[in-house]
Amino acid sequence: MRHVISILMENEAGALSRVAGLFSARGYNIESLTVAPTEDASLSRMTIVTRGSEEIIEQITKQLNKLIDVVKLVDLSEDEHIEREMALIKVRAIGEAREEYKRLADIFNGRIIDVTETTYTIELTDSGDRIVEFLAAINADEIIETVRSGVSGIARGEKSLHP
Amino acid sequence: MVQITRFRGCFYLLRELYTRNSLRSSKAGMREKSRFVNANGSFESVFNVAGAGNINRVAISLKRMLTVELTGAEILVRSLKEEGVTHLFGYPGGAVLHIYDALYQQEDVKHILVRHEQAATHAADGYARSTGKAGVALVTSGPGATNAVTGIATAYMDSIPMVVITGQVFTSMIGNDAFQEVDSIGITRPCVKHNFLVKDVADLAETIKKAFYIATTGRPGPVVIDIPKDVTANKAEFNYPKTVSMRSYNPVVKGHIGQIKRAVAMMLSARRPIFYTGGGVVLGRGAAELTALAQQLNYPVTNTLMGLGAYPASDRQFLGMLGMHGTYEANMTMHHCDVLIAIGARFDDRVTGNIEKFCPHAKIIHVDIDPSSISKNVKVDVPIVGSVPDVLQEMIALIKGGNKKPDEDAIGEWWDQIAEWRSADCLKYDEESGKVKPQQVVESLYRATHGDAYVCSDVGQHQMWAAQYYKFDKPYRWINSGGLGTMGFGLPAAMGAQLAHPDATVACVTGEGSIQMCIQELSTCLQYGLPIKIIALNNRYLGMVRQWQEFFYDGRYAMSYMEALPDFVKLAESYGHVGMRIDNPADVDGAMEEAMKLKNRLVFMDFVTDQEENVYPMIPAGAGLNEMILV
Ligand SMILES: Cc1cc2nc3c(=O)[nH]c(=O)nc-3n(C[C@H](O)[C@H](O)[C@H](O)COP(=O)(O)OP(=O)(O)OC[C@H]3O[C@@H](n4cnc5c(N)ncnc54)[C@H](O)[C@@H]3O)c2cc1C
Ligand SMILES: Cc1ncc(C[n+]2csc(CCOP(=O)(O)OP(=O)(O)O)c2C)c(N)n1
Ligand SMILES: [Mg+2]
Repeated sequence: MRHVISILMENEAGALSRVAGLFSARGYNIESLTVAPTEDASLSRMTIVTRGSEEIIEQITKQLNKLIDVVKLVDLSEDEHIEREMALIKVRAIGEAREEYKRLADIFNGRIIDVTETTYTIELTDSGDRIVEFLAAINADEIIETVRSGVSGIARGEKSLHP
Repeated sequence: MVQITRFRGCFYLLRELYTRNSLRSSKAGMREKSRFVNANGSFESVFNVAGAGNINRVAISLKRMLTVELTGAEILVRSLKEEGVTHLFGYPGGAVLHIYDALYQQEDVKHILVRHEQAATHAADGYARSTGKAGVALVTSGPGATNAVTGIATAYMDSIPMVVITGQVFTSMIGNDAFQEVDSIGITRPCVKHNFLVKDVADLAETIKKAFYIATTGRPGPVVIDIPKDVTANKAEFNYPKTVSMRSYNPVVKGHIGQIKRAVAMMLSARRPIFYTGGGVVLGRGAAELTALAQQLNYPVTNTLMGLGAYPASDRQFLGMLGMHGTYEANMTMHHCDVLIAIGARFDDRVTGNIEKFCPHAKIIHVDIDPSSISKNVKVDVPIVGSVPDVLQEMIALIKGGNKKPDEDAIGEWWDQIAEWRSADCLKYDEESGKVKPQQVVESLYRATHGDAYVCSDVGQHQMWAAQYYKFDKPYRWINSGGLGTMGFGLPAAMGAQLAHPDATVACVTGEGSIQMCIQELSTCLQYGLPIKIIALNNRYLGMVRQWQEFFYDGRYAMSYMEALPDFVKLAESYGHVGMRIDNPADVDGAMEEAMKLKNRLVFMDFVTDQEENVYPMIPAGAGLNEMILV
């Protein structure tokens, strides 16, 4: 099962390596990991997407909670939540393709943020699935490069993660 | 640090907590009237203050003048003193020279110079295991830190409270591949409870406070503090924090009362119960509560290797150790139980055997302070997160206050069944072989020390024999590396225990393989006059390895024979100790008595034991607890 774990942690040097080290040492897999400071500069917020059986996910959350730098943790997938990911996609855009990519970007609520005579760079912020759909809609040969941010997650409604 | 008290209007009494030579009093327009040393050994001075009109202003400037800034090294040493540290095990080097200089100038914290940094960490560990207090080690950067890692990992696996201070290169040099630089934080991260790099001397005291707090609370463990050399030279005001609170670390102590009630109901309805208890009872200081609870219910108790002493081994209700080399009765009782009460034990694979076959009929209650120990290897029915004494006290009170009692008939039948398993006498051994039997040596040690010694062990067959044949009635007496299984642990750990308990008998049960991994510490023992009794069960084999090769590799003894052994008697003597060699079974008791009489000497007893003796009983890999090899 895929799980989205959201962590509030002390914004200390080395905190990220403690989390990454835990996953590699215990053989848990990480699909994506994003991290940045919050409005309170002493705290970082991290979103980890991982997969595993219920027992493994239970161990992952317990082990993460055990890290001294971890202040709070929630498994977002246990409840209604929103996931967003940003992708930057550079495509070869020549001739007819220019119109087509413009339309495609509009359909997916993407934006063209850089234009040259031969390329477009498209920014797309959406769920991971939608980004995959978008990429599938483009001719693979015409993708020059893609950069994905990994998932950021947040609970719906009043729920929030606080120290 | 200076305390100023108003004294008869215009006199000030200065309480100098830090001993200094000069109090340049003239600066504040005041004259020192008298000075004396108070009961705490610090100075108190009475000042005659001129211009007493604005006494508060004088007081403020006085305070500023007297605010003592200490170097990081001094702060470190003073902080250790504040933490009640009596012994510091260490080895000097460039990055920690300021610290050694500060240590030199005081007498409160005694530094013990080991001969290898691995031994510093093991000795600190042995100190901790024998006292329940945090052990402290100090090593230099680079090789000092890497040598310490084995001891840190050993403590980590067995949840031992320890604070290890590692020197580091100058802050400005970190990351430059400077001389003797290693990333100590990175290297130790997977084997510490937590670690800190101190970059600013102003943070040092608070970091040390946190380190001790983290090491000793919750599930204990080692904490590393990495201190760059410049931080030990820089100055800051010294204020040791009285308390510490961390928003990200709040270990639970009290168990959930609803869960405790469910557990008690389950315990009382048991027909075939057993207490399976581990190192957590020792670490949490819950031995008295465990004994009270088990005796209140008249249920059988088994201990893990780490839990030995948590329940008195000479008591009728004790079934011995369980697991791979546990007793037949303990493992059979486990296998057939209907309610398993696990307390401070972590369902290690050496205990469960094949997990598929583990306690097939049991409902499981598990008390542990670390949620990640619960349902990690075996799914449990009633998890209780909390500390052993607190949870057990609640249980005892609930049972006492309630009207449900254990089913006496069922428990009686259960004890009858256990008596039958016991009658297999699984620890019997051949006493007529004409050879010195390792089991016999441990039994002899038990008698000669009246069961009251601190027994520190190395790793191998001798460790199992010590665990099986020495009956530990008290916690903190059995000191061994269970989780990591570190050969070389025994002798340095014994040094820590002996320093913590100078008048007690401390024995080191070891093998001729293990002892050679930290043999250099015989020199440390001489320097500090540590009268450890080394009981070497010398089988001229890496016996535990040989046993596995005998059983599972058709007796191909690859690299498990110990050739070219030193003459341990001469070796001990060359270090200024007493050496004895015993190769006749008839001499064992006499030699043991004689060694114990040498109260102030380290005695190296080299017992030439039956070479191919095996540790029995044994659960082979993949088998269940009911599938033991008996002899
Ligand atoms: C050669 C060799 C052979 C071995 N054979 C055996 C064997 O036959 N049988 C055996 O048992 N072991 C054996 N071991 C040891 C084994 O590897 C484990 O180290 C041991 O079984 C673990 O013991 P434990 O479960 O008591 O856990 P420990 O490692 O002692 O862990 C303590 C547990 O208690 C918890 N705890 C800590 N403080 C508290 C508190 N205040 N309140 C509540 N809980 C707390 C911790 O969270 C942890 O879960 C052997 C080791 C070696 C080297
Ligand atoms: C540092 C280290 N290296 C290797 C091992 C693997 N090992 C476990 S027991 C053992 C043999 C120990 O021999 P000895 O000290 O003579 O004890 P004996 O088993 O003969 O009683 C070995 C090599 C270990 N536990 N620790
Ligand atoms: Mg041997």
